[in-house]
Amino acid sequence: MDFTFDSEQHDLREALRGLLERAYGDSEQRRRVVANDPGYDEKTWSRLAEMGLLGLPFTEEHGGMGAGPIEVAIVAEEIGRVLAPEPFVEAVVLAGGLVAAVGTDAQKSELLSGIAEGSTLPAVAHAEPGTRWSPSAAAVTAAQDGGSWTLTGVKEPVLNGARADVLVVSAVVESGTALFVVRGDADGLTRTGYRTHDGGRAAHVRFDGTPAELLGESTGDRTAEVERVLAEARIAYAHEAIGSMDTALRTTAEYLKTRKQFGVTLNRFQALTFRAADMYVSLELARSTALWASMVSDAGGDVVTAADRARLQTSRAGRHIGKEAIQLHGGIGVTAEYTVGHHTSRLTALDHLLGDGDWALARLAEGVDGHETVDPLGVPYTR
Amino acid sequence: MRLQLSPELEAFREEMRTFFTTEVPREIRDTVAARRHLSKDGYVQAQRILNAAGLAVPHWPVEWGGKDWTPLQRHIWREEMQLACVPEPLAFNASMIGPVIATFGNQEQKERFLPATANLDIWWCQGFSEPDAGSDLASLRTTAVRDGDDWVVNGQKTWTTLGQHADWIFCLVRTDPTAEKKQRGISLLVFPMDSPGVTLRPIELIDGSHEVNEVFFEDVRVPAENLIGEENRGWDYAKFLLGNERVGIARVGSTKRLLAQAKQHAREITVDGRPLAEDPRMAARIAEVENELLALELTALRVVANSADGKPHPASSVLKLRGSELQQAATELVVDIAGPLSVASFADGGSDVPDWARVATPEYLNYRKVSIYGGSNEVQRTIIAGTILGL
Repeated sequence: MDFTFDSEQHDLREALRGLLERAYGDSEQRRRVVANDPGYDEKTWSRLAEMGLLGLPFTEEHGGMGAGPIEVAIVAEEIGRVLAPEPFVEAVVLAGGLVAAVGTDAQKSELLSGIAEGSTLPAVAHAEPGTRWSPSAAAVTAAQDGGSWTLTGVKEPVLNGARADVLVVSAVVESGTALFVVRGDADGLTRTGYRTHDGGRAAHVRFDGTPAELLGESTGDRTAEVERVLAEARIAYAHEAIGSMDTALRTTAEYLKTRKQFGVTLNRFQALTFRAADMYVSLELARSTALWASMVSDAGGDVVTAADRARLQTSRAGRHIGKEAIQLHGGIGVTAEYTVGHHTSRLTALDHLLGDGDWALARLAEGVDGHETVDPLGVPYTR
Repeated sequence: MRLQLSPELEAFREEMRTFFTTEVPREIRDTVAARRHLSKDGYVQAQRILNAAGLAVPHWPVEWGGKDWTPLQRHIWREEMQLACVPEPLAFNASMIGPVIATFGNQEQKERFLPATANLDIWWCQGFSEPDAGSDLASLRTTAVRDGDDWVVNGQKTWTTLGQHADWIFCLVRTDPTAEKKQRGISLLVFPMDSPGVTLRPIELIDGSHEVNEVFFEDVRVPAENLIGEENRGWDYAKFLLGNERVGIARVGSTKRLLAQAKQHAREITVDGRPLAEDPRMAARIAEVENELLALELTALRVVANSADGKPHPASSVLKLRGSELQQAATELVVDIAGPLSVASFADGGSDVPDWARVATPEYLNYRKVSIYGGSNEVQRTIIAGTILGL
């Protein structure tokens, strides 16, 4: 049992922090970048690719670095720290994760190396209007005619759906849910992009008899694989949230030390400093849980439950810290030109993309009678 | 980053688990599991069993019975002890005065006190708080004035836990009332509770228990050799003593055990013919406390795994704050599961109310103390805001 990062992991963090600091150390740069499509900076994206980060968890034979969940966690946290708008978790962990989980060797070679090089931006089209956080598809159906497939239905919101070069789409087949690849220039594909409140981009994506390629060889149900990859993405998002919460808290503490009212700095008011202390408590408890969930993933344990646990803890912490960060700043916290409100906005998005805290709690509650106590170092979290 | 314990630590954990569940008498562990107050004999018997096996004071220096374990081993030792419902070695002995004497006492004091302290041959109590010195401990007013070879002690202490069992008291006294800073004029004296001039008065608590006391000193003569460390350095020793057990104070294992019991009780209570445990709101409440407890345990593990260099991890201040809140949340949960049965606190024979429901509310009321003692949670927030956030 070891909660410390090794020297290579430290180096990874430092190198990435340097890169992102140059890109977004000045929060005005982020505002400029997110104001224009595609909502992130293609040059920064290329630099992340050059560092090997866009292929971080993929095997070397598919153009990746063969790294594990801990390295992914480090990258996600650094992304969150400066609210870098580059879609690392969405493209690499989620889309890349699905391709890696079910794709054929040829598909992996093509798609994963394209993602790793930064030449292919994938988007996952899984969410459907009117449903929430299900691992299976309901509204988009797949039809087979001979050897070829077509998709029909609507997916929304699809993060980066308008910019994406390829879409990884979940759709209903006879056995349950299967995954498909749809090219950005496919016939019968209509994409309507828009901005999200946190500076990102999403799209309404309509499939109208759209040609699609089955991901993998089997037409069997892929719900379990989707569930597992969603869990990995929830854990990565937990780390992204940790990075953001950390900055929100530091920024707030700094503000309390410098802002004067009634002739004194705000840190003279215990009503404020106690609330900042509580934010720290929330942050550290969430951080411990997120790190643990990454280690469970690394150890091959029950990643789905571990992700739910991290989701619950970071959801509660994200809401607490996001709201308090603004309140302790006062009016400036709700302005667009100041950073802290953007953290709250991003934390709110991270809380709703793949399942919120109450959703995770409901899942955990269903299983609460199945064990006497939780042993974080034992079964089912270690094999 | 690695989740699994090493094979050596896995074996160590198993060894602890086996010892605690087989070597400590069933009736003692049953009493702890039933959340009933343990008798003095129960504490003494359990600690002597641990001490005979070298497991009472593993955090002490090796020459005085310590084990030279890593912080993680100590964490495992403590967790397994709590999970097995083994009463922990008396905190006043094992965590408080023992380490102070081992660190600051002279050789004669070490030889005189440490073996007896480890074996609970001496039962120590704590003379720190006073009526006007609670969180602001340095305001204490009990005095010790030098008279020949003795110190003469006058004043009053309060919240002296289990003082009714105590043989000796370790006591913060003001020895230099003229010191510029109030922290500077304090010394640490130890003396027998049956010294002439010592009077103990029980304080009854809201749960009906007699756990704490007031202790009055009237011209109590204490030989000069009973001063621990240096004169007027008592505040440093008090800080050392209070900071010593930040990690253990999270009491994760104990709360885990209580939560497991709460789940069992929720299966036994029925609502309209269905077990309360199946009520989604109750299940969610249990699951949320359980997850908070997991987060706390993981934070404790982070702290112990990272504090090998002797410096406490910054997150350690979270442990007391959150640990006490979760102990309280678990006791509150049990009261709520008991529902109307929770009023039958003093039922005796002839009542159908199960024992766990009888003790539920007294324990809930009693546990309001855990966010107050050992540095109240407001003191912890002050520490976090000041030393971690720089506010």
